[in-house]
Amino acid sequence: MAAFHFELVSPEKHLFSGEVESVVAPGADGQFTVLKDHAPVMTTLKAGVVTVSGGEGKVEKLFVRGGFADVNASGFTILAEQAIPLSEIDVAKVDADIRNAREDISDAKSDDARLAASDKLAQLQELRAAIGG
Amino acid sequence: MPSLKDLRNRISSVKATQKITKAMQMVAAAKLRRAQSAAEAARPYAERMESVLANLASSVTAGGPPLLAGNGKDDTHLLVVATAERGLCGAFNSSIVRLAREHIARLQDQGKTVKILCVGKKGFEQLRRQYERHIIEVIELRGVKQMGFDTADEIGKKIIRMFEEGDFDVATLFFSRFKSVIAQIPTAQQLIPAQIPSNENAAPVEGPQASYEYEPGQDEILSTLLPRNISVQVFRALLENAASEQGARMSAMDNATRNAGDMIKKQTTIYNRSRQAMITKELIEIISGAEAL
Repeated sequence: MAAFHFELVSPEKHLFSGEVESVVAPGADGQFTVLKDHAPVMTTLKAGVVTVSGGEGKVEKLFVRGGFADVNASGFTILAEQAIPLSEIDVAKVDADIRNAREDISDAKSDDARLAASDKLAQLQELRAAIGG
Repeated sequence: MPSLKDLRNRISSVKATQKITKAMQMVAAAKLRRAQSAAEAARPYAERMESVLANLASSVTAGGPPLLAGNGKDDTHLLVVATAERGLCGAFNSSIVRLAREHIARLQDQGKTVKILCVGKKGFEQLRRQYERHIIEVIELRGVKQMGFDTADEIGKKIIRMFEEGDFDVATLFFSRFKSVIAQIPTAQQLIPAQIPSNENAAPVEGPQASYEYEPGQDEILSTLLPRNISVQVFRALLENAASEQGARMSAMDNATRNAGDMIKKQTTIYNRSRQAMITKELIEIISGAEAL
């Protein structure tokens, strides 16, 4: 397969830059895969896992919490709000965060607060599912 | 003529000061390295953001949302003045404040209303004397150890909320751009309406432009991208500021240490000279006393 340029940046860090063969990203309207010579697309991302296949069976998975994806002729760029490589995530901490989020939902006094809390819970569950195990 | 004891005290106090400034310089150097790498790590994101935005803005026809095109008025200006929390860093704070002051004076000459949002305590302290009633809010960064995106995001959201409520028409951000350890450039940057670099500077995109697809839609993307861009700009300004502050402090403290060294040398010479003079005087007294016998 032909390779193309992919970059993943978050405000705090430059996480990935290099030639890859395919990237799966969680678009706002569903997951999509980008291969070489993809038509130019710009889309927002929701929380989920970005899977980067670098060829020769090398696969890297990163969790992103929303952001933008920009595919153009010069390559594919993801501007993530926050991004963490899956290997660096602490499972126990995520579980604790999920418990906290559940409590937040039951404690929430206003609808807005409940909505915010359940958004957070959904993100965390997405993350938890991504780690598996 | 100060006594020998006075001179000794003076020397030891200057020595103590020198130790403090030396320590501050080393602390600033260590912090600078961290702040600098944080500022550099944030740069690619801001640059990418800019090129994406430029790409998008070039295809938007007929104005676009207010954050991009402005709300058509130019009467009330918001000045976001970002400075440090602490002093003892040379001209760092005052040069930012001076730039802001010049800007305020110019705006007031034109009969515009000026509102000030201070980020960081030092800028507030300096502006308070002259422009107290213009300052609408002070955001202190005291508790913030390592500048995170969340801090900047909060400030960015606050600015946007004020804009939507019609509190101001144009927002300008004042901060100090980090060029090198000895050079920090106070900079004014317009936040709202967003200033988009012309497309010629952005990465050239080959192929037909019209075939860009937007998901969900161009307007939706633009309306999430623009507020985000403001937070990113604030974040970058804060990081540049943090690096500049440490750089300025480092060179200020380096100067202070060197000055203290010079002073110690000078005082020690005076001390030795007057000690020698005293000894000579005593000798003369003894000798002339012995001669008189």
